[in-house]
Amino acid sequence: MFPKPIEKQSQAAQVAYKSLLPVALAFWLAPLLAVALFSVKPDADFTSGNYWGLPSSFEGAANYGQVFFNSDMPRYLLNSFMITVPTVIGAVALSAMTGFALGIYKFRANLWIFFMFVAGNFVPFQILMVPVRDLTLELGLYNTKTGLVLFHVAFQTGFCTLFMRNFIRALPFELIEAARVEGVSEWRIFWYVVLPLMKPALAALSVLIFTFIWNDYFWAVVLTQGIESQPVTAGITSFNAQFRAAYHLMSAGSIVAALPPVAMFFLMQRHFIAGLTLGAVK
Amino acid sequence: MTVSSDIPDTESWFHRNQQRIAPWLFLAPGILFFAVYVIAPVFQSFNLSLYEWDGLGEKTYVGMRNYEDLYWEYVDRDAFFTSLKNNVMWLFLYLLAIPAGLFIALFLNQTVRGIRIYKSLFFFPFVISQVVVGLVFTWFYDPNFGLLNTMLGWIGMGPINVLGNEHLVTYGIVAAGLWPQTAYCMILYLTGLNAVDPEQIEAGRLDGAKGWSMLWNIILPQLRPATFIAFVVTIIGALRSFDLISIMTQGGPFGSSRVLAYYMFEVALSEYGFRMGYGAAIAVVLFLIMLCFITYFLWSMYREEKGH
Repeated sequence: MFPKPIEKQSQAAQVAYKSLLPVALAFWLAPLLAVALFSVKPDADFTSGNYWGLPSSFEGAANYGQVFFNSDMPRYLLNSFMITVPTVIGAVALSAMTGFALGIYKFRANLWIFFMFVAGNFVPFQILMVPVRDLTLELGLYNTKTGLVLFHVAFQTGFCTLFMRNFIRALPFELIEAARVEGVSEWRIFWYVVLPLMKPALAALSVLIFTFIWNDYFWAVVLTQGIESQPVTAGITSFNAQFRAAYHLMSAGSIVAALPPVAMFFLMQRHFIAGLTLGAVK
Repeated sequence: MTVSSDIPDTESWFHRNQQRIAPWLFLAPGILFFAVYVIAPVFQSFNLSLYEWDGLGEKTYVGMRNYEDLYWEYVDRDAFFTSLKNNVMWLFLYLLAIPAGLFIALFLNQTVRGIRIYKSLFFFPFVISQVVVGLVFTWFYDPNFGLLNTMLGWIGMGPINVLGNEHLVTYGIVAAGLWPQTAYCMILYLTGLNAVDPEQIEAGRLDGAKGWSMLWNIILPQLRPATFIAFVVTIIGALRSFDLISIMTQGGPFGSSRVLAYYMFEVALSEYGFRMGYGAAIAVVLFLIMLCFITYFLWSMYREEKGH
């Protein structure tokens, strides 16, 4: 293990390390802790200039209650879920198939199609912006959740295909050959042999795509406009306009907006990190 | 299940050619979506960059004029080259996330009690959206009450308005971007360090390697795959920077924090106006910059595929 395990060093070094950890963490998360502190303060603290002292009264319940019951935030959160969940399902389903095709079959165009997905995944959003917005307008899907979902599914298929294909490549190929010898049809091989083995990849991708899509801001701004379809990342700007200079409420709102992917991460941590670091180890 | 494969004549054409057709059937939906929403738009944007178009009326063919306007900055003074310069700054400064992530990973690669929770909490900034990161850092930099200036006050330094100063603003935004990006690189390196071969470390120790020479000669070569991915995601992230700029400064003050991605959006969709063709030309420039990196990444992947 590198660096040398701290248990093998002097007592003083161990104590120093263990006390340094929380201090380092506090520094690292300082901007976030500040917002958390703001979100439980009463309005009066801001007018009296008590920004960094202890809250003069604990108003967490009132502030968060305001966000949940007296603002558009719940609506934006709901929109975010209704955009994110179908995207996850769509992108994972499409890429399970493309990944299977590119991972299992040998044909001449294989590598080129694979590279097309990988390259497409890297292009800057701006080069897609005008044509995608036009297409969405023509389909009558501008300012709808469906319009946003369709685009997200298509774009995420690039990254997901890369992921799925590499995962399938690492599966034991003998299993598929054995099934073929048995005369099992290709579709049944996909469904009954390969898909069950892909559960870890499906879980990892779902968590990752959930986070990516939940946090998307650019496409939300380009393809949606109003409260009926905007996700929370775009909605928070109107929220902040509504509560201009009410820092306690804006802070509470930001924390609420950030929470679902955070919860997802802590619940599915192993899958999340497995997905994010795919390829980081040979 | 055992019968069908033995009697080829009774099989349908589909059955006989199953293995040749199956991949295309599996690929069809994915390719269709991807072609319509990603591949075709790239070419459409190239085409559009030769036109003048307000998004509604007729398109007028103008040849290379959009590019000339960009180059000579006829339309927006100082906009294009400021954006380009900021893009270069983003690229270089953003790469600091890689050594910073490695540093934190080395710091956290221990087995003391509770270390897993520390690792998760250090990773935290990556999970929250850039919009929230942007808001959090806007308040962090606030000249009146921001934590930064409060802390500067403790050591007797005057308040600085990071986001209002045209020489500091890009540094300020990149610093905000480095926060989640460093967390990402950290997690890549933590995973990589986990898989470092302990025997090689022992062998190195016997040869008298420790500290820097151990890190440089034995650990880093084994971390190459992690470094490659960190490099890819950081470059892409740097060139994609949009959310933070849009939330923190909207390109200001006086356009000094624009990058190509934001400038393009401003030209094509914001209140300044619906100049789609001109926007497409900016997007093409950004795309060509990205293309250099994409080609390099694909080439690396290609070599690896052939190596296997």
